[in-house]
Amino acid sequence: MEQPNLSYIESMSGGDKAFEEKLIGIIQKEFPEEKHVYFDNITASNFKEAAENVHKLKHKISILGLVKSYEVAVNYEDHLIENSTKGRDDFEAILQIMTDFLKTL
Amino acid sequence: MNCIIIDDEATARAIIGQLCSNVASLNVLEEFPNAIQAIKYLNQNEVDLIFLDIHMPDFTGFDFIETLKNPPKIVLTTSDANFAIQAFEYDCIVDYLVKPITPERFQKAIQKAEAVKSVVKPKGDANKVETSSGNDLYVNIDRRLIKIDIPSIYLVEAKGDYIHVKTEDKNYTVHSTLKKIEEKLPDSLFLKVHRSYIINVDKIIDIEDNSVLIKKDVIPVSRSNRPELMKRLNLL
Repeated sequence: MEQPNLSYIESMSGGDKAFEEKLIGIIQKEFPEEKHVYFDNITASNFKEAAENVHKLKHKISILGLVKSYEVAVNYEDHLIENSTKGRDDFEAILQIMTDFLKTL
Repeated sequence: MNCIIIDDEATARAIIGQLCSNVASLNVLEEFPNAIQAIKYLNQNEVDLIFLDIHMPDFTGFDFIETLKNPPKIVLTTSDANFAIQAFEYDCIVDYLVKPITPERFQKAIQKAEAVKSVVKPKGDANKVETSSGNDLYVNIDRRLIKIDIPSIYLVEAKGDYIHVKTEDKNYTVHSTLKKIEEKLPDSLFLKVHRSYIINVDKIIDIEDNSVLIKKDVIPVSRSNRPELMKRLNLL
């Protein structure tokens, strides 16, 4: 499975290590909050709201260099808008990989 | 260029802020997690450029643009490329950045914004551009453009898909909205006192509780608009 990386963060920071640390700190704080809201909504079958949550999470997926996973999230978001949970397992596996990765930083 | 960043995602605000910090000509004045806070700020402050997220809960980026009377230049930021076509409907939008934003693409957006800067009208003329001259307003009635002297208008009333424009000499019924004509009337003279009425403040005869008498028309004043009306009066 595709693994996260810091290529994007390093490329846009221009070598500013303090900013890289700051940004990772923001992601480490914001990602669990967004994930929590997503799980609340999907558990309650609030598919439209869950689609909004996936939309927001897509940015962090792309920031962590997960190109293929981003496409998975795009498709899942579309399915949720249509009240379908097709692709849920794959998407939630991506969230777990990101969670594990962020813990290592 | 003085700019602000509007995005509900802290990560996005941090990234855009960092990209701005690498451009000498950009000065980030404020960051906002929602459009409502930004509107309050813009009521008191002027900016040259806004980095605006489209996809925000409750109040989208496009909703936000609709609230601005004289919008500054706007660079849209989004995770969704599908909004690009809608973005072309707004003259104020100078570029459209898909997240994650790269430094190279960001630089191009700033170059575009800088280029637009040279053709933007001076701030003092903002209200005049929509009228043919400072005192005239043209309305389309039966395929004819009819000139109305703006100071002669004393009342505009919304009626469904039409507005009634009442002047000293004549009344006009125009297929338009109150919002559209409000944008073309000078703030110094006109005030929306109710969701269906705009009045010429200079033409008020008297005010009683929640209504104003203007010519022979008694116009309701909504509770939310009353404080602004009272502020505009030269009270003894």
